[in-house]
Amino acid sequence: MKFGVISFPGSCDDVDARKACERVGEAVALWHADHDLAGVDVVVIPGGFSYGDYLRAGAIARFAPIMTEVIEFARQGGYVMGICNGFQVCCEAGLLPGALLTNVARRFVCRQVTLELVNAETPFTRGLDPEELLSIPVKHTTGRYYAPPELLARLHAGGQVVLRYAPGENPNGSLDDIAGVINEQGNVFGLMPHPEHAVDMLTGSADGLGLFRSLAGALV
Amino acid sequence: MNEAAADGRQRAISLGLTAHEYELIIERLGREPSEVELAMFSLLWSEHCSYKHSKLLLRTLPSEGPRLVLGPGENAGAVDVGGGLAVAFKVESHNHPSAVEPFQGAATGVGGILRDIFAVGARPIAILDSLRFGEPASERSRYLLDRAVAGIGHYGNSIGVPTVGGEIYFEAPYEHNCLINAMCVGLIETERLIRSAASGPGNLLVLFGAATGRDGIGGASVLASAELGEGDEAKRPSVQIGDPFAEKKLMECSLELLERGLLVALQDLGAAGLTSAACEMASRGGVGIDIDVACVPLREPGMEPFEIMVSESQERMLCVIEPSQLDAVVAVCEHWETAVAPIGEVTAGGIVRVLDGNRVLGEMAVSALVDDCPLYELQPQAPAQPLYAPPERVIASEDPGEALLALLASPNIADRRPLFEQYDSIVQSRTVRRPGQADAAVLALPPREGQTPGIAISIDGNGRRVAADPYRGTIEAVLECAANLACVGAEPLGLTNCLNFGNPEKPHVAWQLCESVRGLGDACRALAIPVVGGNVSLYNEGAEGPIYPTPVIGLVGELPDVHRAGRLGFRTEGDRIALVGDFAPDIRGSELARLGGTELPHALAEIHIARVAATHRAVRDAVRSGAIVSAHDIAEGGLATALAECCLAGGLGAEVVLEETVKPLRALFGEGPGGFLVTGGDAELRALGEHITLRILGSVGGNQLTIIAGEARVEVTLELLREAHGSLAALFD
Repeated sequence: MKFGVISFPGSCDDVDARKACERVGEAVALWHADHDLAGVDVVVIPGGFSYGDYLRAGAIARFAPIMTEVIEFARQGGYVMGICNGFQVCCEAGLLPGALLTNVARRFVCRQVTLELVNAETPFTRGLDPEELLSIPVKHTTGRYYAPPELLARLHAGGQVVLRYAPGENPNGSLDDIAGVINEQGNVFGLMPHPEHAVDMLTGSADGLGLFRSLAGALV
Repeated sequence: MNEAAADGRQRAISLGLTAHEYELIIERLGREPSEVELAMFSLLWSEHCSYKHSKLLLRTLPSEGPRLVLGPGENAGAVDVGGGLAVAFKVESHNHPSAVEPFQGAATGVGGILRDIFAVGARPIAILDSLRFGEPASERSRYLLDRAVAGIGHYGNSIGVPTVGGEIYFEAPYEHNCLINAMCVGLIETERLIRSAASGPGNLLVLFGAATGRDGIGGASVLASAELGEGDEAKRPSVQIGDPFAEKKLMECSLELLERGLLVALQDLGAAGLTSAACEMASRGGVGIDIDVACVPLREPGMEPFEIMVSESQERMLCVIEPSQLDAVVAVCEHWETAVAPIGEVTAGGIVRVLDGNRVLGEMAVSALVDDCPLYELQPQAPAQPLYAPPERVIASEDPGEALLALLASPNIADRRPLFEQYDSIVQSRTVRRPGQADAAVLALPPREGQTPGIAISIDGNGRRVAADPYRGTIEAVLECAANLACVGAEPLGLTNCLNFGNPEKPHVAWQLCESVRGLGDACRALAIPVVGGNVSLYNEGAEGPIYPTPVIGLVGELPDVHRAGRLGFRTEGDRIALVGDFAPDIRGSELARLGGTELPHALAEIHIARVAATHRAVRDAVRSGAIVSAHDIAEGGLATALAECCLAGGLGAEVVLEETVKPLRALFGEGPGGFLVTGGDAELRALGEHITLRILGSVGGNQLTIIAGEARVEVTLELLREAHGSLAALFD
């Protein structure tokens, strides 16, 4: 089980994501300017501000050299997990449906939130108990999930909404409290909460570890 | 005096020098200075760079200690935290730029302090900030608050360094001169610490990072060395613009250059830009430097040489390397998409020369620039009249329940969540205690010997109490920080400070400064904490008078096992609540006195530092051993407010009985150092009481806070407490 975590020059949570992956498998750093996925089984696109994100979050990163390989990898069914900025990049790159808009409060928000698991039948969530609520932090300015009504209905119908903020916990005004979605093929998953910051009770919660474990299990 | 000399003097005065200082420059050079030379002297001899009004005072502070590895004089101080690791830290102000343009002022304040930390080779692992604004009723204060907080978040969040703590006060004397102080903490293997002293004649001087532009010409040094006044809008171009993405690359680039052992010396470019950086490096190394301005990468064409030398463009670093390493240095910079250019070389002989190709534009002794600025003795005089108007009266009622709710809703006490939620406090995966969970931030260090040691950080400084009594108020600020550390089980290792004061040329401000530094020194000596470095920000006043004298104290401590780090909130129904320490509450100078519109007292109560320190040790040991379940120090708003804070943080009520029957308001809301609220089992608390003054007050439980103090009875539900405590949210709607 080999995870590859992309580092853009403006990535902030790349090291944290690698450490989280190392709890369940091997993890290597992938450099944005390379055209090489180093034979990994899972690509993680981490949080941060890829190229500064002064334009629109993820808008430049989708054109990064390594993204050519990531898009091809995803087309062939490879597992891709986009966390926060990574989720934004996946939406910009067309790997995931919908878009992430500026939070309703128009401010950065860093907060521990409670999540409900909507779909426990994905490779990213199979190891989780569907009845358990998850406590995982969010930290972003651009995390309000949006999709047009027809698309939204399709996402719900197709089980593509994977994670939802628990009632009263929506930190950004996301439509239908959506916190994480998966693509139709079921191999690309994006979420605004940071599971890599919920892998150790010492730093607040270990509820994010299950996502990494599920992936490791999916590949065994 | 001939016409040319009169012109030169006029120019010197317009750059902030005095006529006498200009004469001294001519005397040192043996001639009139050139344009570039005058520009460089005016910056290095400015208050901001030379500390000419404070240096003599700062020399009185203790700066030795067994754990000190880097003391004052470097970009940041550092202390040994065991396991071969050191923690570097420093606090710095960005007050005047923020008063002129709060978003960029605050953002670049964070950017500047980050560079100070990675300039010594340490990876920044935490940011804290200390903010002061006028009353939130003022529209200008709300604007400054909103934009400054956004600016701090913009920079810190984008660069991936967690903002783990901070403090904020709203008081009328800061209305026109807000304070933005930022502290950064970095982690490094001790043996990798790098200094800024240039050495080795023939070695190259290399500038890397952002291109140099006209932004911030004379920014920090001009803005920060004079009072604020009319026409400050016109100074907006002097405020630097921050680019956290550029700094992120610059930081990673600098750390990789160090990791690969490619650097002889490293220095950040801050106030006074290239001038200050190059001259400081030459001065510390006892060498000279040649700089060719034609080699400096520029953002815009046609910049004058003096502009290049004084530009305060952000996100730039200067290093000294051996010529053979140039290709390797360039390769690392290219990897991080960071521009790099050799711009000069180290020379023997202690002369700094500014060249434009072959043309010599300036040639001065480094010592004249860096060491020969005249130092001024302050002329302190205690004010005969009160310096500050009494605060506005906000509450009239003497009812203790209403007073408690008013205190919790006071912007100086209310829940800071609406602020700290705007900052990433968890990136880098070290944050064991986030803002609001404990009195100090706690960060985990790499595990060793089966334990996970950590550091604790606190920043504090109640200016109003320093205004009432500069000596004791400053001691209290140090004790408050140390108390915060004790509550998480940490022992102080080193202290940094930012002294924010008014115009030191005025006798009463000079008096505040002298008394405050005397208090700082006495407190540090009594607690055996070395001052590892700091910053002075003077001339914080406008037509309305000076700010409250505000020494902001930053303290870093260690704890052996972060799994046992203390929390402030009540944890379990039935736990006993105790008051620890020789707490002698006093209403004078308290937050309640402020809300009641009472004038500042002429002095604060006497402090027995040694006794307070003994209480700190007892609390720290009890937290470390696990004997107590929660710990919170009693600060603004007194005992009742501290109880309410513990209730809200834990989501549990409490019922307590205070002994005081004669003056219940004093017992409930009086302030003073040395008091803690702890909870735990009855037996554990009684055992603790055998070593230290301890009184069991009551128990944790229920969903309301009940306090009985003689005739007075406070009974408030958690819901009402929470509603009052949430008052700051309205400022960010």
